Amino acid sequence: MYLKSAYEIRNKYLRKDMLPTIFCPGCGIGSALQYTLRAIDDLKLNPDEIVWVSGIGCSSRVPGFVNFDGLHTTHGRALAFATGIKLANPDLKIIAFMGDGDAAAIGGNHFIHAIRRNLDVTVILINNFTYGMTGGQVAPTALKGLKGTTAPYGQFENPFDIAQLAVAAGANYVARWSVFNYLQGINSIKKALQKEGFSLVEFLSPCPVSFGRRNRMKTAPELLRWYQKITVPLAKAKKMPPEELEGKIVIGEFADRDRPGLAREYEEYKKRAKKMMGWEG
Amino acid sequence: MIIRGDEPEQIRLLKKLYRPGNYFMQGNEAVAYGALFAGCRFYAGYPITPSSEIAETMARELPKLRGYYLQMEDEIGSIAAMIGASWTGFKVMTATAGPGFSLMQENLGYAVMTETPLVLVDVQRSGPSTGQATKGAQGDFFQARWGTHGDHPIVAVSPVSVEDAFWETVRAFNIAEKLRTPVIVLFDGVIAHTREQIRIPDPEDVEITYRRLPENEEEAKLPFGDPCGDGVPPMPLFGHGYFTHVTGSTHKENGLRDVYTPEVHDRLVRRIHRKIESHEEEIQKWEEYFTEDMDILIISWGVSARPSLGAVLRAREEGIKAGLFVPKTVHPFPGKRVRELLKGVRAVLVPEMNLGQLILEVQRYADDVPLRGVNKIGGVPLRVDEILREIRGVA
Repeated sequence: MYLKSAYEIRNKYLRKDMLPTIFCPGCGIGSALQYTLRAIDDLKLNPDEIVWVSGIGCSSRVPGFVNFDGLHTTHGRALAFATGIKLANPDLKIIAFMGDGDAAAIGGNHFIHAIRRNLDVTVILINNFTYGMTGGQVAPTALKGLKGTTAPYGQFENPFDIAQLAVAAGANYVARWSVFNYLQGINSIKKALQKEGFSLVEFLSPCPVSFGRRNRMKTAPELLRWYQKITVPLAKAKKMPPEELEGKIVIGEFADRDRPGLAREYEEYKKRAKKMMGWEG
Repeated sequence: MIIRGDEPEQIRLLKKLYRPGNYFMQGNEAVAYGALFAGCRFYAGYPITPSSEIAETMARELPKLRGYYLQMEDEIGSIAAMIGASWTGFKVMTATAGPGFSLMQENLGYAVMTETPLVLVDVQRSGPSTGQATKGAQGDFFQARWGTHGDHPIVAVSPVSVEDAFWETVRAFNIAEKLRTPVIVLFDGVIAHTREQIRIPDPEDVEITYRRLPENEEEAKLPFGDPCGDGVPPMPLFGHGYFTHVTGSTHKENGLRDVYTPEVHDRLVRRIHRKIESHEEEIQKWEEYFTEDMDILIISWGVSARPSLGAVLRAREEGIKAGLFVPKTVHPFPGKRVRELLKGVRAVLVPEMNLGQLILEVQRYADDVPLRGVNKIGGVPLRVDEILREIRGVA
């Protein structure tokens, strides 16, 4: 399992004329991308039937690097674009690469409504607590006290827990890992890709250049060690008192259910309308 | 869907559902039926007065025609979903009013940059802001032209009656498909809610256009190039195995991003402009009344063109040589024709339901003819006598 070399995966799926990527040394987006491509490869999905969509930000540049149909859209709107693609052509499988600012701040409304509709899409969410592309401004996922260029004295607002938000809004599959948990990550993406309806795999992903530097973690290994320190597996978290979980991030699978997706619901709706009104086929 | 190959079945369905003949209906309904006859089978929208009947009609009719209706979380999402659907091959539409139109501007720019065909109906209402939400106005003339940021061309059409709303919507779809560009229907709340007689045609009598698809691998590799020589590249649709990359960032002819080379941006943005400019004659449409011998020219659009025609007829009865010019395509403005008409004219009046917007466009072509606006705001359309009084004033 997963024995193919990274070079093999790269040569098979990336657009060579777009390399090298824009990602800084130590960035976790490349890892998450590799996990996704390995999952696609392992499931032997047909690339003709996959569309990658994204908004704006470092992670949103991914559709430009992969050799698939791709729609690189406006900031935060990826899932709204995806809604049109999926409904109009239900045969397509949609993968959305989003950042935390993209999904939880500017795209928050599209995000929760895509989940509410149970839009058939697999979201790979890169959570690095910061706006990397614009230079390290504080993001709505940043834990209290973390610093950014626009929170030079430490974040004073409460953070969003994106995975929990997705569970509450009704997603079929929700998992969160750090990019350090590569096996769990790939397995989760594989599960997500096979799900009908909305699936989300969130990755805590190091951004040493824009985020780590301002928080005394200048390198990726330091950030990964920090992730190990602050993440708590779900099973363990269930036994911990809430005060101990303060400032920690729970990782694991948070939802795994099978509600009908939007594309199927719409076909059912058309059938119902036909029956109600007595239209012919 | 009315996508190539399915026409006979669609025409059969249309004929069965909407028998040709005279109907009494609202402007908004006429827009919706125009869209259905033009082949629109995907609608994404968000409720807003005075456009909601368009969404309601589409929600009711589209499932019958095997189409898709989606109510999105906001106007930003509506236009985004349309663009997504358009890239799978659908003809798509949304309808909104001023505030929603403002929210759509971001992705309207995206549609211009990615050359995505779509039709956006703006049922203009009295602003700024929430203004008189239920009242009509003509205040979005320049929001349509310059609402989204950056250099961009835009096509906007403006109907003057319920029947016209049907046909202008069809025309908007044809332009959008032919030139791979977003087209705006600058409608207004007055005609939108006016009920008039309209003749629903036989679907076979409605001429409709389809976007050009790539004929070979080579064309498919240039989704933003100019393989056909007229500035309009064929559109490789998602799911057809072309691995097309679409981005709102500056991109090369093959679709891949290149924001660092000045020539790439220059080439792309100039071609998008040239695409519209070189087809201006096909896009432009106007009506003229009594322009062959006139001293005074009235230039008016949309709802205001109607009392303007009334005023011109009354003026003629009084022996005043007045003529009327009504642009149906307001962007790009038929300035060349206006310049011709202005030769030998003593004065020009521009009646509109705003404080002077079309008049600024006319001004660009009026070298030494005095211009005067006939402006009315407050949600009530101009009356014949109000315009006639102004005509007498300059006669």
